Formats: sequence, C-alpha cells, structure tokens
Amino acid sequence: MTSFDAIVIGGGHNGLVCAALLAKGGRNVLMLEADAEVGGAARTEEFFPGFRASVAHVLNRLHPEVVRALDLEELGLTVSRSAFAPTVTLSHDGTLILHGAYGEALTGATASEQAAWKNLRAQLLRYAGVLKPFLSRRPPELGGGSFGDMAALGQAALAVKRLGKEDMRDFLRVLLMNVYDLLDEQLTDDRLKGLLAFDAVLGSHLGPRSPTSLLGLYYRLTGESGGAPGAQIVPKGGMGAVVAAMRAAAEHAGVAIRAGAPVAKIVVEKGCATGVVLANGEEIRAGTVVSAINPATTFLALVGAPLLDTGFVRKVKNIRMKGDVAKLNLALDGVPGFAGVEEADLRGRLVIAPSADHVERAFNPAKYGEFSPEPVMEIVLPSLTDPSLAPDGACVLSANVQYAPYALKEGWETGKPKFLAAIMAQLEAHAPGIGKLVRHAELLTPADIEARYRMPGGHWHHGELQADQMLFSRPVSGWSGYGTPVEGLYLAGAGSHPGGGISGAPGMNAARRILAERAEWRKAS
Amino acid sequence: MTVATAMTTGNAPLDAPSHFRTLRLGTPFQPRLDALAKTNDWYNWAGYRAPHSLWDEELEYFAIRSQCALFDISPMTKYRIEGSDAETFCNKVTLRDVSKLKPGRVHYTAWCDDEGFVLDDGTLFRLSPTRFRLCSQERHLPWLLDSAIGFDVAVEEETESIAGLALQGPTAFACLRAAGFAGVEKLKVFDLAEFPHENGAVTISRTGFTGDLGYELFIGRDMALSLWDKLMEAGERHGIRAIGYTALNRARLEAGLIVANADFVTAEHAIRSNRTRMPDEIGLGFMIDPAKAHFNGRRAILEARARKTLRHVLVGLEIDGNVPAEHAIVYHRKNREVGLVSAAMWSPMAKRNIAIASLDLPYGDTVTDDLWVEIYAMRELKYERLMKRAKVVPRPFIKLDRRTANPPADF
Repeated sequence: MTSFDAIVIGGGHNGLVCAALLAKGGRNVLMLEADAEVGGAARTEEFFPGFRASVAHVLNRLHPEVVRALDLEELGLTVSRSAFAPTVTLSHDGTLILHGAYGEALTGATASEQAAWKNLRAQLLRYAGVLKPFLSRRPPELGGGSFGDMAALGQAALAVKRLGKEDMRDFLRVLLMNVYDLLDEQLTDDRLKGLLAFDAVLGSHLGPRSPTSLLGLYYRLTGESGGAPGAQIVPKGGMGAVVAAMRAAAEHAGVAIRAGAPVAKIVVEKGCATGVVLANGEEIRAGTVVSAINPATTFLALVGAPLLDTGFVRKVKNIRMKGDVAKLNLALDGVPGFAGVEEADLRGRLVIAPSADHVERAFNPAKYGEFSPEPVMEIVLPSLTDPSLAPDGACVLSANVQYAPYALKEGWETGKPKFLAAIMAQLEAHAPGIGKLVRHAELLTPADIEARYRMPGGHWHHGELQADQMLFSRPVSGWSGYGTPVEGLYLAGAGSHPGGGISGAPGMNAARRILAERAEWRKAS
Repeated sequence: MTVATAMTTGNAPLDAPSHFRTLRLGTPFQPRLDALAKTNDWYNWAGYRAPHSLWDEELEYFAIRSQCALFDISPMTKYRIEGSDAETFCNKVTLRDVSKLKPGRVHYTAWCDDEGFVLDDGTLFRLSPTRFRLCSQERHLPWLLDSAIGFDVAVEEETESIAGLALQGPTAFACLRAAGFAGVEKLKVFDLAEFPHENGAVTISRTGFTGDLGYELFIGRDMALSLWDKLMEAGERHGIRAIGYTALNRARLEAGLIVANADFVTAEHAIRSNRTRMPDEIGLGFMIDPAKAHFNGRRAILEARARKTLRHVLVGLEIDGNVPAEHAIVYHRKNREVGLVSAAMWSPMAKRNIAIASLDLPYGDTVTDDLWVEIYAMRELKYERLMKRAKVVPRPFIKLDRRTANPPADF
C-alpha cells in the first residue's frame, strides 16, 4: 500500500492548482484523474478527425495569484493585453464591438450610448471591485466570529464605504437587483443590453428579469486577465494549453499524476479521511484527501450518506445543480462569414443575444423543461487564434448555447436533433451559408456534459451560482471554508467558493487553507 | 435501495382523516378509558385525548407502588424500522451502540442533530435481526427518512396502528400470569417476546417508566380492547387499576427518569439558541460511544467534550422540608442564580423532597455545596417564599429490588 501526504481527487483545473500549491508547500501529493487526460471540461479534445475544441473556451477569470504562484506565464501562457479578444454582438441592426477589457472602447453605438456605457462600465467595475477580494480567501464564517472573518467583513464594509456616500447607497440598492431593470435605467441600445443581459445569466438558471441576476455580471467582472478587469482571452492552443501549463507547474512541483484512475471510495475511519480506494480496488492512504470534484458526488457517492450527519446530507442533496448550457462544436470546411463582422474581429467572442427581451424570452421555456426555440449563445472560432486546432483552411466553431435545461421534459434523445436545428437556424441567420460548411456537428447537452466530464447536472459551476449558493452558503452553509465534516477531507472544486469558470480560485484557496491548518497543527503539537 | 415513506394505515379505520373535526383523537382504548373516567381530567398527548387522572391521582399513584396500574401509552410515537440495513441505520441515528442490542432486547437511547443537540430520547425495541420499533415523545418521520438515505431500510410511522399499554407495579407479573401469558416469567429487565393473543400476538417487554416491576404491551389496534379486557379481568384479584399521567409522572420522577420537553427542550422545539442540550448536559453522556460506527452529532459532541464547551448539567436534588420545589430557581449561596428545577415532588416512597434540576456548570458538577432553591408556596392568596437547602444526590431516588428480581414476584 502506497502512502502520500495528500491525495487530490479530480484533475480538473482546480485540482491541478490545488495539487501544485500543496506540493510547493512541501507536501508529497498524488493526483488521481478518472479520465485518460487531466483538465476536465477545460481539456482540449478531438471531436472530429483533425478538429479539436474544449467545453470552456474563453479565459476571463484566471486568478492573477494563481498565474503568479504557478509561474504560468513562464510555462507559456500569455495573459497580457496583446492577447485580449473583443466581444462582438451579432444583430440585424448592425454589430457593436466591445474592444479591450470588456469594452474599454465601444464601437457601433451612438455617441450618447457610448457615454452611457462608459459610465455604466466604470460603475460595474467599481462595484465588482468591492466583491473581488472575497474571491481569493475563504468566505467569512457567520457566527464563527474569528478575527480573520471579522476583518474580512470589515474590509468589505470599508470598501463599500470608500465608494463614497452616493455610490455606497447605490451599490447596496442594486446588489440583489435583476440585470434587466438596471440596464433599462442606464442604457437604450438593445444590442448592448442584450449582451450584458446574456453575460449576466450565462451559466445559470436565471433570466435577465430574475431577481439577483445582476450578481452574475458582477461575478463575471470580478475576473481579470493581465491585470485588466473584465478582459478575455481566447487562449493559444485552446483551453488545453492552459491546462497543460498547470499540469507542468504541478509536475515541476513534484505532484505525481495518475490518469485513468477513478476513485470509488474515500476511506473514512472514525470520522477521519485516511485515503481512497480506486475503482480497481487499489487502496492508497494519505493524511489529507482533497476532492476537487463535485461536492454532491464527493459526499453521497464517495464518502456515503451513512457516514455523514443527516442535516449535512439534507443540505448536500439540496444543492441546486441542473445545468442550462449546451456546448456546440462545429467542424467547418472554411471560416464562416458573419454579416457585418470584419475578419479581424472574428478572433473575438461573438454573441447572439439581440436584446435583453430576447434573452428573457429564450429563458421562458427553460423554466418548464423545454429548450429555447431561439437560443442565445456566445461563439468563438478558436482555430483562428491557434490554427493547429483544425486542418489547413478548415475552421472550428465553439459555442455555448443557452437555454438547454438538463432535465428536458421530452428527453434529450428526441430533443437534441430539434435543439441542434434551432441553433443552426440562429447561426444561419447571422452567418448565411454556414450550414453548408458543416462537416461535423457535435452538440453536448448538459446530460452529455454530465456523462463525459462527470459533472452532475452538466453544470459548469458544480452548483448554481446564485445568491443562496454563494459565499458562506457554498457549497452548503456551515461548510464554506473548504473543510468538511470528515476530518482530513477537503473540497477544492468549483462547487466551493467562489465558484466555477477557469479561475483556479477554489483550488488555490483550498490549498492555502490546508497548508495553514497544518502549520497551526504543527505549532500546537 | 428501498425507503418507504408511508404512514401505515393498516386495515383498521383510523381517526386521522377527521382530525379537523375531532381535535383530540381517541386511542384504541378510548371506550374503556371513557367508561372509567370519573374525573374527566383530560390533556393533550401528541394529539390524543389522554387522562391526567381517571378517578383519584393519589390512589392511582399508590396503585403503581402497591398493586398494579394499567396506563394507555398508545399516543407514544412509534416507528417501524425494517430492512437489511436496519441495524446500521439505527446505529447512525441513535447514540448507543445498536450492534450490541440483541434481537429480543430493548434499550433506552437518544438521538441528536448535526450540532449534537438532543432531538429526543426514547426506547429502541429490537424485534428481530432486521426489524426495530423506535418509541419517542416527539415525531421524527422526516428526520428518520432523510437519515435513511444510503441504507436499505424502510421506515414507517405506526403510532396509530399499534396500541400500547404499560402494566406497572408489584403485582404486574401476577396479573400477566393470570391472564395466561405463559413464559412471561422468563423475561428479564429489557427483554421482549411475543405471546399469543386471540388470533394474533402481543409483544410484551419488561420495561416501563416507573422504576417498578412492570411490562409494556404492544398490539395491533383491532385487538386492543380484547387485550384490555383480558388484563382487567385477570388483574381483578391482583388490584389492577387504570391510571392517568399524573400518577405515572410521580413514579417516573422517583425513578429519576427525564421527560423530553419537560426536563429538557428538544432541539427542534427550542426557539432560543441556548435552550438546546447535548447528551452530556442532560445526564445522557453514558450513551455516547466514540468507538462505535458514525452517529449523528458525533463530531459536535466529541468536539464539545474536547474543547470543554459544555455548559449545563442535569442533577437530582434533595431539598429540605416537604414543599415541592416545582420550577423553583436554584441559587448558589442564596444569591447567585445557577439553574432551574424542572420536576419536583414529595416522594412517598423515598420519604424525601426530591427534584430534577438543570444547573449551569460548574454548579452541580464541581461546585455542589451551598445550593438553595427558592420556593414560592401560594398560601391563601399570599406567596410564602421559602429558601430551602438543596443537596445534589444520585438518581434514581428510589431503587426497588422487585424491578429486576428474577423470577419476578408472584402474588
């Protein structure tokens, strides 16, 4: 029987970050990945001979402390301004383009709308900035009342206060508002409102008019690239290149990585995690077990409800995690033309969300278990940034499409071809002739994503990222600090604070918590 | 995995559907109780109409101690727990080690929430290797069903379909023998067995809530009245008397037994956060077994012990004089308030003024001298305020050899 200081279950990007940091902290770390390759939904895979793509396709929130701590830039990752990609809104009323870091400059809109956007953008970034420090630390424990927790809350209060009286009042007024009404207060251009509404609800089961939908936009804007808040990058080499850099960092730090090694069970003895049993029966022991996979899978499948308190099991079972986003990968014979979009801008992110009303209407059927007949989506052509992703002259189109409810009422078996047709109709409307270029189409519904990436509900965030499942309530109240009721077992995945997206923040925070606890334990003994 | 969620309805007609017309349900023994109820002194026991007394609460008490008393325990909440994982399920839910509870045995236990606060106490009957009956004061079906996740076990509420009787007192065995339950003399304390009755069976256990020789009988609702009649007829020459709760409550206090939501507040009933209690704080610490398999509240309970964050202790008190100190405040050195009496009486058996009280630590634990209780005795529209010395004494307040004697005494 082999023994390690720490075992990290799950080689998604958070698992890699956590493992690398634990190893840098002097731990002897083993990482176990169920799939043949690490990276989870960020790994780049061939979906048709010669064509490669990944589920996560835009980098917009990789945490700067993760980049620094893992030396990712030295390992080949570019997150500087030169790599920033624009966002283009596709609309029959002409395109709008947000240049630089989330629309530092806006083209295609009237002068007054540009001025309004400048104000709104500044305000959104200011308000998101108040919340940003929470990303890289564990949420304050309510009632726990440790000095650090109180200090964190105090700092947040101070940051709000620092906004000034008017801004402070406005920050508190809009915090739990819906994005639709806020946009209506300040903007008039439907295309711009559509884009912001889309960005606010992307990845969640909310429409723009749903209460608290603005939080999604704040979450998006707490992310940064190359020091610029809101900036996005279509990474060279696909998202797989980001994963490769993280893997390299982990391996340099001494992490032993075993792929194709699914964990069947976390071994718990007298309330303490002591190791894992693999699906093949092999037992590996470790003083610390870190689960960078879904929290519900961790507790209900790997630990098992019988070994957990009933109240805790109730909470875990109540985590809402039914995904609403489908992933479309198209293998195209050539680069498609999008009406009104310059060739250079095709390297950016193209969004079909012509108005906030359109996004809301797309959401309506999802409430009742039906897909959107006119779905909204963000499109990336990653092979334009990295030609190696497609054969010469050919092109990869990668799109996140909303809304595609996980539990489709009619079932995805019959629903999927219909949904694909609805998506293609939208694409055809904005890129006439694209249908003829399609050599192969791969549509991953949330059910497919669940099966392929072992993400329950096919949910990006491993748990809806809404107010009731954020901060001290993530993944469940009372256990937001990466620790669990099982001593020696920690969580490090997107299901934990702050949430999903390629940020590495949950993995980093978990590693810090584990290393700090050990230091404390050493001091005490 | 099979987890049943049903309330058992059985074949017998139940009162539940008319709950909004019948605000207090009758138990399966109601026709007999009604016929005997001279005082018409009813109270609400978990939604049932139950007697405080039937004819004379003093004499009813003495029926327990000198004859035998028949008490209807049908309103007690009862759960049927069955399945291949029934033992491990019970072991997770309750504090004591169920793997040590053999088929045909009963033990007194308690169960806690995640924070280690007591949800209830009760008795767990092991009817077979794979079947249990859990009896308690409060209702817990949602908690039990959620606790069953991951176990092959079915949990059903059987409060309405199973009738229960307690037969307690020195002639209890003689009464059962006279009723024809052959072999009942073999039952030792906390044993249970099935005995034929009519075309079915009655489960008899040597258990009770009085500290006396006594038995509890469980039977299907449809055979309830014939069982009552058989016992009353057989017990006539052994002094059998039907009794109400007031008499039983005195007997249980002498026996030093606690009542949920009388001597402590259960976790789901407590509104104020400092009213909840851990097992150690209500004298149930002996149930905690850190070596057994995982149980609800384990982490919190062991942590509270390690960090010494327990704040309360439940003690027996002996108080000077003969005025019951019910709900009196307990003082240290007559001035510092350190706790409250939850039950008190002049004990005819112990010939002592006894009480159960909850005290704030360290009082009652390391500080036990100079304790006082302040009794307000209403005397013709005027309170006589008495400050009486109290002494911490072990429970039970009385110990009766006949409770455990084997074979049980015949008369």
